[in-house]
Amino acid sequence: MTAVSVRDVWMEYDGQIILERISLEVKPHSFVAIVGPSGCGKSTFLRLVLGQEQATKGQILVDGKPVPKEPNVERGIVFQRYSVFPHLTALENILLGLEFARAPVLAKLTGKARAEARAEAETYLEGVGLKEAADKYPHQLSGGMRQRLALAQALIKKPKILLLDEPFGALDPGIRSDVHALTQKLWRERAMTVFMVSHDLKEAFTLATRVIAFDRRRNRPEEIGAYGATVTFDIDVHRSAKAP
Amino acid sequence: MRRLINLKPGHGAAIVLAALPFILVIIAYLAGSAERLAANPEDKLLPAPHSLGEAIDRVAFKPDKRTGDVVLWTDTAASLGRLLAGVAISASLSLIIGIGVGLVPLLRATFETMIAALAMIPPLAVLPILFLVFGLTEVAKIALICICIAPFMTRDLILRVREIPEEEIVKAQTLGGSTWQIALRVVLPQIWPRLFDSIRLALGSAWLSLIAAEAIASESGLGYRIFLLRRFFAMDVILPYVAWITLLAFALDWSLRRMQHVLFPWFTAQRGAG
Repeated sequence: MTAVSVRDVWMEYDGQIILERISLEVKPHSFVAIVGPSGCGKSTFLRLVLGQEQATKGQILVDGKPVPKEPNVERGIVFQRYSVFPHLTALENILLGLEFARAPVLAKLTGKARAEARAEAETYLEGVGLKEAADKYPHQLSGGMRQRLALAQALIKKPKILLLDEPFGALDPGIRSDVHALTQKLWRERAMTVFMVSHDLKEAFTLATRVIAFDRRRNRPEEIGAYGATVTFDIDVHRSAKAP
Repeated sequence: MRRLINLKPGHGAAIVLAALPFILVIIAYLAGSAERLAANPEDKLLPAPHSLGEAIDRVAFKPDKRTGDVVLWTDTAASLGRLLAGVAISASLSLIIGIGVGLVPLLRATFETMIAALAMIPPLAVLPILFLVFGLTEVAKIALICICIAPFMTRDLILRVREIPEEEIVKAQTLGGSTWQIALRVVLPQIWPRLFDSIRLALGSAWLSLIAAEAIASESGLGYRIFLLRRFFAMDVILPYVAWITLLAFALDWSLRRMQHVLFPWFTAQRGAG
């Protein structure tokens, strides 16, 4: 179980303050939705948790330890676009995470090792309902299938934290609710904490146990550079992680 | 009447339209040739079709009396050997350097400016240096092709590596990939099809430098033959040679495009081109 502690985080780019005074204590196995207007630093915050960028000030602790300065297997991610590799089939996309770990030099498994990894990858494909599509390339899959594939690809590394960067923003409404149900199921089954960036309030309240809104307290044009976004609302959604 | 920009030819019409300019050029040639030969039967500038036919028969199908070789084929083998060697070396160099420099910021900071500078050297200006260093050897000619195309292929591939979405590189890191593994499994496979594009673009320059090198210092090759025959005003051989070189270049380009299509179906589908 993974607790995340964000302590007075500030983020600046070229003298422009993007985020300021962000402090959060996130309980283990939370599903945190981050909402807010475009350009308020939601995705920046996700990149800080990912370790892709470092905060100008403040600290982000995962289970008491600072986030490493680069992405690693403990924090998985699903982006809105470009989340899966276009040159690999669905199965190969999922296998890749296993091959990175088990074949340091060639990153490619063969023979018995590959058959074992393949069986493991297939259970993940099945888990997201893509068993039939194992040998298809991403361009042959629909948007919803691609995002499900991206979820399975991230989950095979058993991340402690899963980051979702507007993962369902480009999906049709019907498909979106299917993927919502799947996402919630996958989260319930695992001991991971989820951070999801969304600009859809309904989506946020449907899925999350906690909804956090980022916004700038001052929004006059001449003040935008000097004041970053911070947490303006922090709402607990009462939903038991164990509920059906 | 619909707008001109909305009129699209059907399949058959497209073939006819594509053939039309060629037919017009041939007609213009025949007319010009007939006119010049009528004025002066000894004219060599625009040989008649039957003289071209005889010349083609002589160089492409009959062994040379002195050496016993069929001239066109030995020339073609020599030229293609040099061309393919030069292109293969350039492609390998640009692939390795392109991926390294495109993916690793430290390598990029070190080499990017130098590669840009190298790409600015006019290749023919270094030809004398190559001949002084390597002598009038095969190495000098292949090196000229490499100097002509490797720097810009490398720059092209660096850009193509940089075009791979950042999200993919980040995702690969969250899946546990090391720099080497990401280069091998995420970047390299996506750069292969782009290398084919790069080679197709470079082939024109590769032919140019090959013909130049052969014209100046060689005893075989298509470029050597053309420049040799120029002294004898042998347009009846030069013209078929130029047509043959064009055909070879066209065939190479076409086969590269087909190979790209067959080997990397995901790439052409993604690009939306056949």
